[in-house]
Amino acid sequence: MIAEAGLAALWFAGALAALQLVMAAIGIARGRDDVAAAVRPVAIVQGLLALLAMALLIELFLDSDMSVKLVVENSHSAKPWLYKFAGAWGNHEGSMLLWVTILGLAGGAVAIFERSLPERTLTATLGAQATIALGFYAFLLFSSNPFARLNPAAPDGLGLNPLLQDPGLAFHPPTLYTGYVGLSVAFSFAVGALVTRDVGPAFAKAMRPWVLIAWIFLTLGITAGSYWAYYELGWGGWWFWDPVENASLMPWLAATALLHSVTVLATRDGLRAWTIMLAVVAFSMSMIGTFLVRSGILTSVHAFAVDPERGAFILALLAIYIGGALALFAARIGTVRAGTTFDPVSREGGLVANNLLLSVILGIVLIGTLYPIVAASFGVQLSVGPPFFNKAAGPIALLLVAVMAVGPLLRWRRDDAKAVLGRVMLPIGATVVAAIALLFVWPGVLPWAGLSLAAGLAVASVAPLWKRNLRRTPLFTYGMVIAHLGIAVSLAGMASDSAFTKETLVAVRAGEPARVGPYTVTLDGISPVIGENWSALEARLTATRGSSASILRPQLRFFANPPTSTNESAILTVLDGQLYTVLGQPDGQGRWQLRLWWKPFVTLIWFGGVLIALGGALSLLGRVRRERRTAMRTHWA
Amino acid sequence: MKAKHQRLTLALLALGAVVVAGLLALSALKDQAAFFYAPSDVRRDGLPLGRAVRLGGMVEGGSVQRATDGITVHFVVTDGQATTPVVFAGIVPDLFREKSGVVAEGQFRPNGSFVASNLLAKHDEKYMPPEMAGKMHETKSLEPDAKQ
Repeated sequence: MIAEAGLAALWFAGALAALQLVMAAIGIARGRDDVAAAVRPVAIVQGLLALLAMALLIELFLDSDMSVKLVVENSHSAKPWLYKFAGAWGNHEGSMLLWVTILGLAGGAVAIFERSLPERTLTATLGAQATIALGFYAFLLFSSNPFARLNPAAPDGLGLNPLLQDPGLAFHPPTLYTGYVGLSVAFSFAVGALVTRDVGPAFAKAMRPWVLIAWIFLTLGITAGSYWAYYELGWGGWWFWDPVENASLMPWLAATALLHSVTVLATRDGLRAWTIMLAVVAFSMSMIGTFLVRSGILTSVHAFAVDPERGAFILALLAIYIGGALALFAARIGTVRAGTTFDPVSREGGLVANNLLLSVILGIVLIGTLYPIVAASFGVQLSVGPPFFNKAAGPIALLLVAVMAVGPLLRWRRDDAKAVLGRVMLPIGATVVAAIALLFVWPGVLPWAGLSLAAGLAVASVAPLWKRNLRRTPLFTYGMVIAHLGIAVSLAGMASDSAFTKETLVAVRAGEPARVGPYTVTLDGISPVIGENWSALEARLTATRGSSASILRPQLRFFANPPTSTNESAILTVLDGQLYTVLGQPDGQGRWQLRLWWKPFVTLIWFGGVLIALGGALSLLGRVRRERRTAMRTHWA
Repeated sequence: MKAKHQRLTLALLALGAVVVAGLLALSALKDQAAFFYAPSDVRRDGLPLGRAVRLGGMVEGGSVQRATDGITVHFVVTDGQATTPVVFAGIVPDLFREKSGVVAEGQFRPNGSFVASNLLAKHDEKYMPPEMAGKMHETKSLEPDAKQ
């Protein structure tokens, strides 16, 4: 019964989305305010119904209901409950349902909380939200029903890939989807503003929190995903330029650009058309990301032959939404008057440079990600790997870091070039000092540039707080400072790891020591361990450095369903880096393979990511509080 | 500067950025277009020496041999038309099996053998690099085997 109830909830939600679209259209085209007024409650109920469907699917997974096809294919009754719970979205249908649930809830949240926009623009925005949701409801109901029954029921399920049985990964998809969906809301605002010819600071202020939310979650999602790949895959790498990773990086790049341009629009009323265009691009990147990961096109070159329907469906949605938005953009952009002007040397000029460089990086990543897919459709097999991305995007990214250091030190509208030079003297000094110091431990060209620039950026990013009353500085200024500092921290970690990592690969008997970096690692012994749904061989390693000793326990894990084994790394985190240990295979003569890395300051990569997200959160808090205050003032005035 | 002119300038700059991105990507792709090799490609196009490439194909049945140091593995990659001997020092991923697909990252040696620095593993619940699927067989080793 639960499965049928879930399907019914999904149908009702889809019907309400259609109703929401029609009502918004009537309300705007006919000027019927009474009809438009009902759009808000419909949006709220639609979101709640989607949530109900998602909750029922989770219930089916928790119950291990083996008469439901999706549960059979992706779960197993012996799985820990957390992975049953998260398993609900660890598959195609479930993750699409999660997508539309977050989308519906976001639409409901807009309907409840958005009070500052003109009513007509808000109605148009909710209409656009309904259009996006409708496509996903249709996708679920007509081509990937998560509630499909299996008759007769299976005795048990096929299980979930052990690599995914990790608490961090369980919450990775919801985090990323919140990011994707936040961008879809920003897109709806842009469409709404175009429809009602209302592109200006008011619309930008309404859109900004959603861009921030999307950006915070994408940042967290990418950071967590990178750390997961690092400790779970046992290669000691933190970024592989894999299409799945790029699928989340591209929306992030677009969202970063949008975040900066929407600030110009909200505070200075400039970059109107550009911001609208970026909102369309950012949402397109979310859709392309979803398409890449969810169409199965990455699974195999023959994906379209295996299941052409799904890929084609998402591609069609992509074409309709983006094509429609671009057509609307082309039709209406003439009516959007140009905003206020500014000098090239100004805060706006810096933000334009930021946007252009981000766009170039985005273009490079997009081409590198899609090129193999396009080539594959012509029957050519090729792969684009890290060398391409590092070579093409690396230098541009470093240039962007330089712009980021200078940008916040510029004044709005116009600035004096000489005065700017005076202000950036200190960061430039820090960069030069770091560059010279690093010559003594030459790390290679890119890491050298990265570390030097990171030093300069770290100094430059806290410079806006210089000589200010720290208690009266607004929260979003702190947000900017911390986020930019986070980039410097991350960059330092990346450069340090790629330059100074030490690796040792040995086969040792118990009691034999191996050296890596400042550590001596000794294998004490191997013992069997039993887990909840796995068994493992666990190595006990003693790592000594000077007088301190630590115990690490890397494992070789075996899962019964599906039958696989994984290498569970053991990591020792200390102040100046991480010791990363992996247990490999036995050689049959009493020796065990050990792979050991010493990675100086590698943790800075993710610590920086957390700082960036924290900066975003502070910014969001500051904006929301200020909006509240202005709303109160106008309310009492 | 009038507002209209400023907008035009920005539009041109944006267009320029897109073109720059495209050109950068294309120039880098020229080197990368031949980043992925199957054994028979090597026979046709010669050896790509002195740069990191990917070699993909199937691990030939019975070809996996472990060296006495306990670390090094020798095996042969085939694509049905040609074979390449590969040497890899490290921990082989779980998915590495005879008669199933593999992608090795590393460099060719002048004698035509391949030194792998990395064997690719899978990333997502059903994901693997497309090359892994190979041109001639369906890799099903990732799927839970219903008969087991």
